[in-house]
Amino acid sequence: MNLSLTLTINGKRREIVLDDPRVTLLDLLRERLDLTGAKKGCDRGQCGACTILVDGRRINSCLALAISYDGAAITTIEGLADGETLHPVQQAFIDHDGFQCGFCTPGQIMSAVGLISEGQSGDDAERVREAMSGNICRCGAYNGITEAVLDARAKISAGKERDAA
Amino acid sequence: MNLFEYVRPASIAEAVAAAGEPGSAYLGAGTNLLDLMKGGVSRPSRLIDLTHLPDLGRIETSPDGSTRIGALVKNSALAHDPDFAKRFPAVAEALLSGASAQLRNAATVGGNLMQRTRCSYFADTASACNRREPGSGCDAIGGENRSHAVLGWSDHCIAVHPSDFCVPLAALGAIVEIEGADGRRKVPLTDFHRLPGDTPEKETVLEAGEMIVAVSLPAEAAAFAGHQRYLKVRERTSYAFALASAAAALRIENGTILEARIALGGVATKPWRSQAAEAVLTGAAPGREAFEKAAEAAFAEARPSGDNAYKIELGKRVVARVLAMAAAGTPERMPALPASPFASETGAKAHV
Repeated sequence: MNLSLTLTINGKRREIVLDDPRVTLLDLLRERLDLTGAKKGCDRGQCGACTILVDGRRINSCLALAISYDGAAITTIEGLADGETLHPVQQAFIDHDGFQCGFCTPGQIMSAVGLISEGQSGDDAERVREAMSGNICRCGAYNGITEAVLDARAKISAGKERDAA
Repeated sequence: MNLFEYVRPASIAEAVAAAGEPGSAYLGAGTNLLDLMKGGVSRPSRLIDLTHLPDLGRIETSPDGSTRIGALVKNSALAHDPDFAKRFPAVAEALLSGASAQLRNAATVGGNLMQRTRCSYFADTASACNRREPGSGCDAIGGENRSHAVLGWSDHCIAVHPSDFCVPLAALGAIVEIEGADGRRKVPLTDFHRLPGDTPEKETVLEAGEMIVAVSLPAEAAAFAGHQRYLKVRERTSYAFALASAAAALRIENGTILEARIALGGVATKPWRSQAAEAVLTGAAPGREAFEKAAEAAFAEARPSGDNAYKIELGKRVVARVLAMAAAGTPERMPALPASPFASETGAKAHV
């Protein structure tokens, strides 16, 4: 059984050989590649703490069999900032107190980045809340999270308009 | 999770041949299967990974005018395909009312049809479950069963089929395209899932090795686009399975319903089209009286399987309400809270 795969992780191409087909993307990142930003909360697709981007789309990495994602491009929270400059969503979570304990935050931020690029929610807080329903925050920082997503989305779209002008 | 052999076929023919081996299971995104494997509920010895097969990820119009959706199309890709959502808005609404954005980005069309019940006794390997372990009994009967079926259940199984997507598909006459060792065949979605009877472990008409390659909506289904909704009542506003849901599609001309389509979710052991309710509406004037009569007809055969008699009344109200919503017309834009009774059609805020 050939269990080798190629992934592009945060822009870097990685050749990986698995010793077991059961490894999920989450376990691959955390246990074998030292990328511990994505968190294992429920490990069953219910809490969203493990959210990463695969080919630009947010998914639950705990329910993704790594071997099946051969050839994919993956972005984790570690790949979001530009050097010392935080991604606008990261900055917005700080500005709006979008967390307390921080355990769910990498998943929240990756989910928000996915949400903004999906372009379905606009500036409607209700649509943002609905689109973030796959991310649980046990501390209940939802108000700050919603404000952070709306603020980051406004800044990102203003930035795009500036670039286009 | 048990150890399994991983197989990545290069063609549908290779996949079908590989899956003929006992103990094999097809892998789409795995959002349901891996969850069940982690819980020891499903224990396949081989996974046949379909996700690298070519040509199964397209939404296309067939020569006969039907819309053909490849089995590997992601839930989110289908719901947000502008052309598809315009022609089949209740299908898009049902898709967007299910699961979370992350799961919809992974989960496939074929996988949605193949998903297993969320009955907690099915998921708990310490409980008796005829669906998981034939002949072991059913701990849901006499147990915690307020979310269980009021239609289509048997003394062997009272579990609900969990899909939202399948409900408007059933209403609109969707066809499932299946490939197996003996070639291709087509089965109406309403015949694809089986009633539990005394063999609840046999959930679909698929034979060993057969796989879903596509789901099609017939050309005439697009005629309902202007009056088509999905409504879903659940324990919380988002990211929850239906307690009772319904899809309604109407063709209305000059104040008369020419044709109606109604299907139910969250209340039955399979996606449940109600032709009795549809018949009540044919030729009727759209309005509360006709909608309530149709709702009565939809649940005429319903009976509680435990502490769930409330679902009969709830289900009737959902049918009457979704018919009123469909009669009012498909909204221009997808509501902020898809399929929610709390969502206004203009997408106004329900919670502040």
